[in-house]
Amino acid sequence: MALPRVNVVIVGAGAGGGVAARVLSEAGLRVAVLERGGWMSAADDRKDDLRNQRTTALGHPFGPDDERNPRVLVDINGVERQVRPSGPGYCNNAACVGGGTLSYGAMAWRFHPDDFRMRSVYGRIGGGTLEDWPFGYDELEPYYEQAEWEIGVSGDDSANPFKGARRKPLPMPPLPPTREYEILKPAALRMGLHPFDIPMLRNSVPYQGRGACMRCRWCVGFACEIDAKNGTQNTVIPRALATGNCELRTGCMAREILTNSSGKVTGVAYFDESDRLQQQPADVVVVAGAAIESARLLLNSRHRLFPHGLGNRHDWVGRNLQGHTYTGAVGLFEQVTYDDAGPGAGIAICDFNHGNPGVVGGGVLCNEFIRLPYQFARQIPADVPRWGREHKEFMRRYYRRSITIYGPTQEVPSFECRVQLDPKVRDYWGLPVARLSGRNHPKNVETGTAMAVKAEKWVKEAGAIRTWLIMPNLGLSGGQHQAGTCRMGSDPKTSVVDAWGRVHDFDNLYVMDGSVHVTNGGFNPVLTILALAYRNAAHLAREWRHRT
Amino acid sequence: MGPKKAHRPGGRRRFLATAALAATAAGAGCGRAGSSWRFFSEDEGETLIALCEQIIPADQDPGARQAETAHYIDRQMLLQFQEFGRVYRDGLAQIDRASRAGHQKRFIELSAVEQTALLAIFEREHAAFFRLAVTHTMQGFYGNPRHGGNRDAASWRMLGIPEPPIRGRLKG
Repeated sequence: MALPRVNVVIVGAGAGGGVAARVLSEAGLRVAVLERGGWMSAADDRKDDLRNQRTTALGHPFGPDDERNPRVLVDINGVERQVRPSGPGYCNNAACVGGGTLSYGAMAWRFHPDDFRMRSVYGRIGGGTLEDWPFGYDELEPYYEQAEWEIGVSGDDSANPFKGARRKPLPMPPLPPTREYEILKPAALRMGLHPFDIPMLRNSVPYQGRGACMRCRWCVGFACEIDAKNGTQNTVIPRALATGNCELRTGCMAREILTNSSGKVTGVAYFDESDRLQQQPADVVVVAGAAIESARLLLNSRHRLFPHGLGNRHDWVGRNLQGHTYTGAVGLFEQVTYDDAGPGAGIAICDFNHGNPGVVGGGVLCNEFIRLPYQFARQIPADVPRWGREHKEFMRRYYRRSITIYGPTQEVPSFECRVQLDPKVRDYWGLPVARLSGRNHPKNVETGTAMAVKAEKWVKEAGAIRTWLIMPNLGLSGGQHQAGTCRMGSDPKTSVVDAWGRVHDFDNLYVMDGSVHVTNGGFNPVLTILALAYRNAAHLAREWRHRT
Repeated sequence: MGPKKAHRPGGRRRFLATAALAATAAGAGCGRAGSSWRFFSEDEGETLIALCEQIIPADQDPGARQAETAHYIDRQMLLQFQEFGRVYRDGLAQIDRASRAGHQKRFIELSAVEQTALLAIFEREHAAFFRLAVTHTMQGFYGNPRHGGNRDAASWRMLGIPEPPIRGRLKG
């Protein structure tokens, strides 16, 4: 039996879904949000080096559940295997209220203006699907600002000459510098680079009724103990609920988007927390499950007119899966570089996001978040033994004397990097699981390598006595930065959604997450996902007013 | 469903068998009368301790033995490492077999130098198990004390990093 009708049902309470819930419910629409995970807090997993979203030796606390949610990965040798969420190759993003924003590192980057016009700047790249966004940085600028102020960003990018213009500064100052920052900043300046304080969705001072970061070392991959990290779960989602127009249902797994006989979207069928099948009729459906699960849901939703899934008449749903090709360099130092002041990452340069001769794009370079001891034990140079006296000596000597420079290389997307439905494997609810396949475009390996070399120069200038590179590979890219599977564009033959996130064949089906990114920037993508959701949900609310 | 699920039946059977053993031991007398191991036999446990100690030996700072890293692995055999039960049983037996073949003694009876030399060869011949044991030993030694290893935060003291800070701590 169908539930009472709502105006909008949103699938996924992460970055995009959280913002959409806030914008639409404040505009007066009745909203139901379906989240397959739970509403978690730091108390669900306290500062555990071995069990968090980044180090999953003992599993991961914020989902999705290992037993219920397999995927199939086809590796670059064509070998396929079933993978579980906490294991390698799964390309996991957390499944809980807040999605990735509960436990992320919280870098709050605006994309570079050229990130929106990669095709125009770099031309056609063979084997890739490089394309411009349907709009530029200026279109998104007001919404970047809204995300920065509503969700809360600290930092200071005023010394970054490569950024797009901003009307307003960030609402909070940066956290005080770490020892790594103090070592890296003068080195960058000596090299003629332009270092500045990374914008972070983290309170450096009390903001919106919550306190400032206490600088613990358990940050990226963890929920914040004192709620000083800002995600949708502690900002826009509570705000949406406070309107009285929004209901959040956790433990709810979407089965399919419902359509009527004429092919109009009418709601969502889902399994509730008791595994009962429910039907939620809605005037509008917003899909916000992140690039892999959103594509999977569209593919799992079929209709006589759309036998290959909604929005997939031209075989673009699930294509162009991309994340970031992370590379960099590690340096060992004579002096102590460690001061146990989290989150660790604090300084960045955008000198190499574009304009790198011979390669396509580039990316931001930052000092890395604190490497917890177990992580560090596994990130040793090739000539240090993996065990025994020498390994222990290496740990004792260098754990507190190392700096890693690291960054997300913007990727040339490939049509063959994709999400499909696996023909055999089904999840706990009997739904076909995501089947991931494809290989990273070789250009991304080239660019990533060039960025690693630049990172090494910086860490050497800072005084490293020994360095090595963190190199890219051809493996499929996705992970927490997953994007691209429901590309935005004006031509329905080469994209899935229009410039407002509306799926081409429908007037009431939207995608509001990283799926719609045409390219994924040389930065962590979350602020762009948030900004796009502000923009597109506001547009949807305006359209709604005209319609009614 | 998931890959772990495929291993589940064996894992659950083992769990029940081990739980039954533990219950018997507890029923036979006080808790201490039973084994201190949850998964491994006494012999396996002793070999595991020696193996872990070779992977992270004591020097001026505690090694894996003192940090009770083997205890961490033993606990996880009934939790996250269920799928590795057979791998460990076989691997530990093979270490002792190699030791008896070369020295007519159990591995734990060898000198530290002999153990190191044996493992250098064993590492090449049983790479998968050895890599797994190294990974788990690193987890037990450098991870959180709450999981049964890193006793008294021994590794964190060695590295010179503070134990979990008090809420509201500010820099400096």
